[in-house]
Amino acid sequence: MALLDIEGLSVRFKTSSGLFAAVEDVDINVDRGEVWSIVGESGSGKSVSMLAVMGLLPWTAQVTADRMTFDGQDLQQMNSRQRRRIIGGEMSMIFQEPMSSLNPCFTVGTQIDEMIKQHLGGSRKERHERALDLLAQVGIPDPAQRIKAYPHQLSGGMSQRVMIAMAISCNPRLLIADEPTTALDVTIQAQILELLLKLQEDTGMALILITHDMGVVAETAKHVVVQYAGRQVEKQDVKSLFAHPRHPYTEALLSALPERAGDQDRLPTIPGVVPGEHDRPSGCLFNPRCQYATELCREVEPVAAPDDPASTLCHYPLDHPAAGTPPSAAPSQDPPPSDPPSPNPPRPEVRP
Amino acid sequence: MSRDAVLSAVNLTRHYQIKGGPFSKPATVKALNEASFELYPGQTLAVVGESGCGKSTLARVLTMIEPPTSGQLTISGHHVSLKEGQRPPAALRREVQIIFQNPYGSLNPRKTVATMLEEPLKLNRKEMSAAERREAALEMIAKVGLRPEHADRYPHMFSGGQRQRIAIARALMLNPKILVLDEPVSALDLSIQAQVLNLLADLQDEFGLAYVFISHDLSVVRRIADDVIVMYFGQPVETGPAEEVFTTPRHPYTQALFSATPVADPNRRRERVHLKGEPPSPLAPPPGCPFAPRCHLATEECTQVDPPLEYVNDRVEVACIHVDQAAAKYAVAG
Repeated sequence: MALLDIEGLSVRFKTSSGLFAAVEDVDINVDRGEVWSIVGESGSGKSVSMLAVMGLLPWTAQVTADRMTFDGQDLQQMNSRQRRRIIGGEMSMIFQEPMSSLNPCFTVGTQIDEMIKQHLGGSRKERHERALDLLAQVGIPDPAQRIKAYPHQLSGGMSQRVMIAMAISCNPRLLIADEPTTALDVTIQAQILELLLKLQEDTGMALILITHDMGVVAETAKHVVVQYAGRQVEKQDVKSLFAHPRHPYTEALLSALPERAGDQDRLPTIPGVVPGEHDRPSGCLFNPRCQYATELCREVEPVAAPDDPASTLCHYPLDHPAAGTPPSAAPSQDPPPSDPPSPNPPRPEVRP
Repeated sequence: MSRDAVLSAVNLTRHYQIKGGPFSKPATVKALNEASFELYPGQTLAVVGESGCGKSTLARVLTMIEPPTSGQLTISGHHVSLKEGQRPPAALRREVQIIFQNPYGSLNPRKTVATMLEEPLKLNRKEMSAAERREAALEMIAKVGLRPEHADRYPHMFSGGQRQRIAIARALMLNPKILVLDEPVSALDLSIQAQVLNLLADLQDEFGLAYVFISHDLSVVRRIADDVIVMYFGQPVETGPAEEVFTTPRHPYTQALFSATPVADPNRRRERVHLKGEPPSPLAPPPGCPFAPRCHLATEECTQVDPPLEYVNDRVEVACIHVDQAAAKYAVAG
């Protein structure tokens, strides 16, 4: 049984102009020790879906799901007290802005201690030692001194390390990292990602990394979910995703990367913008920007084919030779690395 | 100095004085140290580095928002000599325009697009009539890929990518020769980023603009830059043609920066040049080479001598004592 099992998750917000579906029909199955990534542009609902799992959304949000369980426990049936015991403890999260996620009024020691006190308990001395251990574990030099520091005395990278120390303080089985390195410099980003992966390996926890950076996805995750405008458009193993994207959006996104454009004069672009609250098109949400869109795409909302391992949300998923193998079996038969997908593949076959 | 360079900088330096308080001594922050380069029409010079390395200070000095503490700035053959608080001549100000990172903050929310575009003309082209200004604004709106009906809308009605187009249009209203782009695409989504980069390339071809492109995104820089300056702690540590710097980085910091950048290819696992610790505090600069505390090649000598930029061949300059060792090591690892 999967550690985190979500099916048909939808989040709607009450707005002055009615209900706005920020996330619709998202499925994700995370097993113990797996590293997942949710990738998408701003407004794709990648943070909202995970905040919904954590139960951190404001009251204006209506969260519905066909199934939402963590380690066999149904998150929807729980009362808030039971849920409070899980979030922060067995399932914890770190956020994008380390500087603003820490309370400026308390020392980092106090803030780590609060977590441990809440979930694990123990004497003051034990908790203090645990906090020192954690700071050392996340690579903070001189923990005995730093434990007394206030957040403003720490750099961005150090603050993020403190956030990670807090998040892993109660030995979580699932860690959700929401854009953990976006606010940091590349050399610090590399350190933090390395730290997260090392902790993941050492403790065997599952890790969900929310990001918009395809480079970060390629270097860290094993499995990837691609989201667009609140919909999950594709779910694949990382290697086959980069080699054989199934959804036209993923394909277009990958070819818009400057490093994949090669010697072409112009970067391939995706025309238009991500639809907002008021300009959702009918049919497939990507159809106004899709180079393959047909009349069917403009009128009928696509559903993922039941036999598609990538559950591509498209009427005409791109058919590549290696696609169709289940994601778990794909990595062994990957094509050689020197095989970038052509930016303009032939028009895909129409599925009957 | 070459004759046709549109902008040349010689040992450009900018220091800030920090006043002492009751508990602290006055100090000097060396935000920019001895940057020298030349910029040619139709060329892109990229400045890369991490936060606090002096990229934006360089932008402010080049656009004459702030005078350099020392060094010589020459724009279109005119020496710029400014005292603190003095305004540069209007003719020079017209030549250099700047585009900022955040298009949400750099546009006045209470002005329409057309008003914003006409404003520079109102101030600098007094001979133009209102109708001519309007026409010029509409022409520019079309050039940056917006539609005529956008002219009378306010910034909040546009998406991030469109706002950046407006900022670009405004910068181009006075036909500048140099555009300083301070992280112009880093606030934009990936699919929009490509559109804006293509627009910038088209405008450069059309107007023969020279770009100073400040960015921390190396994949973007590699794509558009002709020359590149890598900065660390206010100092250029490596300069040269982009292609050469990217294929054979020679300074240990450049190597670390390149190898830290995630590559969107899951099959590629490169050996990282590990970088320990964080950049030093500008208030307490380390002795000798500022990169020495984080450098894997650092020796005793590095903590005593601050190495100047030196040519390693006729194109590339590197500021490192152990440049041969670093280059050899990278060639093996790469």
